[in-house]
Amino acid sequence: MMNAESPVVSPQSPMLLKITNLQTRIAVRDGTVHALDGVNLEVAERETLGIVGESGSGKTMTGLSILKLLPQPGGYIADGSIVLDGVDLVGVPEREMARQWRGRRVSMISQDPLTSLNPVYSIGDQVGGPFLYHGLVHSRADARQAAIDVLRRVRIPSPESRLDDYPHQFSGGMRQRVVAAMAIACQPRLLIADEPTSALDVTIQVQMIELLKQIQQDTGVGIIMITHDMGVAASMCDRIAVMYAGRVVESGKVRDIYHAPAHPYTQALLASIPRLGQSRDRLSSIGGQPPSLLNPPKGCRFAARCAHRMTKCETDDPPEFKMDAGHSSACWLHEGAPHVP
Amino acid sequence: MQTERTLGGGLPPALRAGVLRRLLGQGIPWGSLTVLLLLIIAAIGGETLAPWDPNALNLANVFKPPAWHANGSFAHLLGTDNLGRDIFSRIIAGARVSVTVALYVIVLSGGVGSFIGLIAGFFGGVVDAVLMRLADIQMSIPSLALALVMAVVLDPSFTTVVIVIVITYWTWYARIVRSEVLSLKERDYVALARVAGCSNATILRRHLLPNVANTLLVLATLQVGQVIVFEASLSFLGLGIQQPDVSWGLMLADARSYMTHAWWLITLPGVAIMLTCLASNLVGDWLRDTLDPRRKQR
Amino acid sequence: MIRFMLRRIGLGGVSIVGASIVIFVISRLTGDPIVLLLPVDAPPAVIEEMRRTMGLDLPLWRQYLIFAQHAILGDFGNSYRWQTPALDLVLQRLPATILLACAGLLFSISLAVPLGILSAVYRGSWIDTFGKGFAMLGQSMPGFWVGLLMILVFSVHLGWLPAFGHGTAKHLVMPAIALGWYPVAAQTRIVRSAMLDVLDSDYIRMGRSLGTPEWLLVCKYAFRNAAIPLVTMLGVYFAAMLGGAFVVEVVFAWPGLGRTVVEAVFARDFPVVQAGVLLTSVLFVTANLLVDLSYGVIDPRIRHAD
Repeated sequence: MMNAESPVVSPQSPMLLKITNLQTRIAVRDGTVHALDGVNLEVAERETLGIVGESGSGKTMTGLSILKLLPQPGGYIADGSIVLDGVDLVGVPEREMARQWRGRRVSMISQDPLTSLNPVYSIGDQVGGPFLYHGLVHSRADARQAAIDVLRRVRIPSPESRLDDYPHQFSGGMRQRVVAAMAIACQPRLLIADEPTSALDVTIQVQMIELLKQIQQDTGVGIIMITHDMGVAASMCDRIAVMYAGRVVESGKVRDIYHAPAHPYTQALLASIPRLGQSRDRLSSIGGQPPSLLNPPKGCRFAARCAHRMTKCETDDPPEFKMDAGHSSACWLHEGAPHVP
Repeated sequence: MQTERTLGGGLPPALRAGVLRRLLGQGIPWGSLTVLLLLIIAAIGGETLAPWDPNALNLANVFKPPAWHANGSFAHLLGTDNLGRDIFSRIIAGARVSVTVALYVIVLSGGVGSFIGLIAGFFGGVVDAVLMRLADIQMSIPSLALALVMAVVLDPSFTTVVIVIVITYWTWYARIVRSEVLSLKERDYVALARVAGCSNATILRRHLLPNVANTLLVLATLQVGQVIVFEASLSFLGLGIQQPDVSWGLMLADARSYMTHAWWLITLPGVAIMLTCLASNLVGDWLRDTLDPRRKQR
Repeated sequence: MIRFMLRRIGLGGVSIVGASIVIFVISRLTGDPIVLLLPVDAPPAVIEEMRRTMGLDLPLWRQYLIFAQHAILGDFGNSYRWQTPALDLVLQRLPATILLACAGLLFSISLAVPLGILSAVYRGSWIDTFGKGFAMLGQSMPGFWVGLLMILVFSVHLGWLPAFGHGTAKHLVMPAIALGWYPVAAQTRIVRSAMLDVLDSDYIRMGRSLGTPEWLLVCKYAFRNAAIPLVTMLGVYFAAMLGGAFVVEVVFAWPGLGRTVVEAVFARDFPVVQAGVLLTSVLFVTANLLVDLSYGVIDPRIRHAD
């Protein structure tokens, strides 16, 4: 069931993924949580987009929405479009999602490699699985061979001999590679990495990032890197989208975001990162709490905590204003710039 | 499975206002509570409520079917048995026995079990090992088999029934209390309390009791049904309550020979057992769901 | 792994020894079996003589050791009623009880496993509620009463199934149902809970995000993980079936171990009671032991740990 309009892919920049006005809701006993309230994102081929924000900002929910794996019961997409490779995923039925898309054209790596692997099945079984589900191979023997190949690609040493081992026989870093192998097995077009480094030590983090970059170079996969760690985002991403309370408040090239953050929230976020050489007695943090998404406030969601708050901010929701090439900010301070379509 | 209630005070949670409100707000199982209430009334006021003496023979009136049947009458609401005894009165008398047994058993097994669990957890080491082996041994003999062995030497009676069932169920309480004590021992705030001079008794009362009280209460309620079924089984075999006392299980045993022409004798006492069990299970589940909010999510 | 197995076997042994002590002590509780064996007016000298021959004048612990010695060799003395070795009598009846226990277990899990899985997969729906309600009803009806009711309906009124005896599958149906009826509720809860735990886990979610078909997720990946607590359940409930069999055998006159022991109790036939109960305990402990040991097979983590 395709979107009635023609695919939203503008001829100048062939976007791999274009999310427009995504509204994801979760029905709970006390009402409806507006987990995502009009999210706009784009990812090009061979590009890494970082989504940063605090807990509850909607970063993970965005990833889940793309895969249409919202928490059940209660989760649903109320409006908007998610166009991947020219197809609007919002309209794709569940069976097709499982067979054609998940694990095949779009994959997800999540935070904890230990719990992402089934402890009672060998990694050969688990890594070989996706090949069989999506019909890329048709026999167990072929699946095993394919598994060996992909494990080699993620640099697991001597994969042939480790195929029948179980997850607990691998170290943390290796397990994360195995998870990566499962995700890239069928050469997806888009890879969503949800806090892939949070559970790892620093040295292994570096390896993981290297690995992802390598995979991107080899296969041209687009990567969405969800993280709360600005440092990781800086080293890995080409562009960054900053999310707050279910919205994208600022997005742009990495350089622009770090050196010229436009939105007050981004500025506060960056300012709160302790830097070497600073002489300060206290860490600066952003006072207050994110608003409840059960009854989202009228107006700008960051208004309550914003140092630059104006009267307009409390009543009207700012749209995303485009500032210069690829850099947009959803803040009334930047009014006067054309809207992002 | 536990929600921790710790430094807040030693009142058992069931008495605290917030919990009461929650209890009353959750679909209260009125039907079950009524059944249990009736049971208790029967137990207390049994003799006065029953229209007939449960043991009164009336050979002119044998095998009368229940009132709603063609040949029945309202004089004998649920009919009579092979000796003309009124079934309704006997069921009430049986209720009394069931409730008494359940009460004794739960209090004794709960008390003994909790105490043993306390000691095992508190002292640890050899004491713990020995007591836990004791529990293992108890669990390796099926309770009915144990009852049989006892019956060979002691004449079956109310007392033996209580003893057997207590021996069967104490381990449940012991394990719960023991594991709670063990986890308490690991907690920092207990060490702190000790440093601050609190006596062991105080620590136990303020920290152990609230956490454990919920689970024990739920367990006890759920066990009412199980105990009654067990007692019925024992009495049915002849190893439990003896004549002239009345027990539902005993009534079923008597009824076996008359199945072909007096279906109510074999059905009605069982229905009584079933309703009691059902009520205790529903109330127990309700208590469990309200006292531990985390479980509700499932 | 070996250490784990040895330790478990050791603990099992301790339990059996303990059980034997308990059984022995209880049966000696009321003093003299002599009075049951000899006529009431037997002269004291004869009583003394008998006591000495039977070794009943020795201190209790020595009596126990003698008992244990004999027991290990399978000698429980002769039945008081029939002068045949008690153990043989009991062993003859054992297969019938095991058959019944297995049939009962089969019946209960054939209800509990599907109900539990469906309840978990469709949690919150009417299927879930129905499953829970059905199971709860089952738990409120004592097995022996269910058996009696079935006899009333299917034997007395409808004449479809035989009320007692054994030999054909028809004879097994009602006793198996009566036996397996009661635990269905608890088993359903366990299955449901185990499945829910697993279905919520990260690795299942990972599998789903990779496009694994849902049925494969539930039946292969989730179930294998849920199976671990289920196997414990099997062992525990098989043991429970052994205990419950006693009553069911009486109801249906099933020629098994349970009925024999019950009859022996009323006849004050000590050796048979001792042999029967101890044998049941040994089975009990062995069943639990096998369950623990099977963990090593199902859960690879235990296999490699030590």
